[in-house]
Amino acid sequence: MKLRKNKGWFILFTVPLLIIFTTVVLIPFVMGIYYSFFRWDGIGANPMTFVGLENYTRLFGDNRFLDSAWLTVKFTILSLISVNVIALTFALLVTTKLRTVNAARAMFFMPNLIGGLILGYIWQFIFSDAFRIMGELTGFETLFFNWLLSPDYALYALVFVFTWQMAGYMMIIYITGIQGIPNDVIEASTIDGASYWDRLRKIIFPLLMPAFTICLFLTLSFGFKIYDVNLSLTGGGPINSTELFALHIYNEIFGYSRYGYGQAKAVVFFIIVAAVTLSQVYMTKRREVEM
Amino acid sequence: MKKVSKFSREILLFLGALLFLSPVYIMFVNSFKTRAEMYENVLALPQELTFEYYAGAMHRMNFITAFGNSLFITIVSIIFIVTLSSMTAWMLARTNNKLSKIIFMTFIATMLIPFQTIMMPLLQLMDQIMRATGIPMLNTRGGLIFMHIGFNSSMAVFLYHGFVKSIPKSLEEAATIDGCTKFGTFWRVVFPMLKPITVTVIILNVIQIWNDFLLPSLVLTSTNLRTIPLSTFYFFGEFTIQWNMAMAGLTLTVIPVVIFYIFAQRHIIKGIGEGAVK
Repeated sequence: MKLRKNKGWFILFTVPLLIIFTTVVLIPFVMGIYYSFFRWDGIGANPMTFVGLENYTRLFGDNRFLDSAWLTVKFTILSLISVNVIALTFALLVTTKLRTVNAARAMFFMPNLIGGLILGYIWQFIFSDAFRIMGELTGFETLFFNWLLSPDYALYALVFVFTWQMAGYMMIIYITGIQGIPNDVIEASTIDGASYWDRLRKIIFPLLMPAFTICLFLTLSFGFKIYDVNLSLTGGGPINSTELFALHIYNEIFGYSRYGYGQAKAVVFFIIVAAVTLSQVYMTKRREVEM
Repeated sequence: MKKVSKFSREILLFLGALLFLSPVYIMFVNSFKTRAEMYENVLALPQELTFEYYAGAMHRMNFITAFGNSLFITIVSIIFIVTLSSMTAWMLARTNNKLSKIIFMTFIATMLIPFQTIMMPLLQLMDQIMRATGIPMLNTRGGLIFMHIGFNSSMAVFLYHGFVKSIPKSLEEAATIDGCTKFGTFWRVVFPMLKPITVTVIILNVIQIWNDFLLPSLVLTSTNLRTIPLSTFYFFGEFTIQWNMAMAGLTLTVIPVVIFYIFAQRHIIKGIGEGAVK
């Protein structure tokens, strides 16, 4: 009797969310794998042709796809470095004993709250107008020109804006790590006459390893999935020089109406993201055991 | 001597932070300038304060409607996410059997799926549901809220689950012995104790749902349903860019975020830390 009653409560508490979750996430995910084996233009009245694995084998000869994949890797690696270097610098700055640290920390974090789409538009203006005028004013026209118009520089513009957006977020995680370092360790090293650089290299960095792992992989996963900033800052241009993975998939499906082929790319995208994230979990777990 | 250098370091840090936020400053000052003034110097303060461009941007972006839509969608989604996820997570954490473990692992595993992998089939499914049952899933606020709940509940369940595990069972057992139903126990005893993690869940979801662009852009097609990111996107797409008006529009979209930040700053920074570390 009691058991059945408990079962009733279990159903009452969990089923509403499970229904929503299944409809929104689980079923579409399975459908997505199914669609990736078909050729279809997305129009309900038109036939879906089963093509087996053809959508997947076609990927290897698709230069736009391979370019986009390479760009995404390049973007992610560059962002990984710049976001974390800057975030760590910020975190070290705002954990000093200065009185302005709280204000500075709040200001460094601020860009993260503004949505990616809006950030992209703000920076579009800065690159196209403010940079030009700053170039005229300072004479550094080789640096201050409209990066967004140059196929070589547009990707760096994207890295730049992404760094501006994410540095504050990663800073918060590094701060949590730094504050977790026991004070006596730092004091002991100061008494022993260690320089700031020694302390950083021999004490702070090794003790920050867990924070490093989290930040590196969060940047990796956010970088890989970037969409909003990409859309509003460059829109993939000029000449597809900044069409990253997520935007490429969107364009393939909804732009060129290649629903089946685009979906195969989306499935590959999932596999890459899952592999990266799972290796993160694996490495974090292994490190936890060591400590 | 040492005092002076400390003071100058204070100033340097503060100036550095200001420089970091200079794009926001550039956006703000240029929302008041005429084109000639902008061309003369983008960095200077405006010569006079005119709200002409704000009026134009508000009108073109349909800002009041968009703000209302964003607010409604964010608040209702979050009420559902908090209610349903906390209930589910508590049940899963307190029921020690295979089924509840499988359900929990499914929630966690799906956090790996990028949105782009699901978006197309999701639209197909919603369309099929609409045609089969007549429930309007696409191009309605309700439908969008439904999908926001689905996408954001995994993270919430995960956070609540971890928190429930850390609180003692004894209070709940006492309530049950006193004749409380499970429902009563949860809402009167457990839910109040979950408050710290509820704040984190709310903060993370406000940021996520308020700023979300891709999902609403796929689901909503009517002009009068547009959220703030959507109306910003169409505002930039429909007209040849008049930068002063564009900057006024962007400033409008940033103002609510800044107000939210000022009021909830401590919770936001704490919430981000907790959400990420777990």
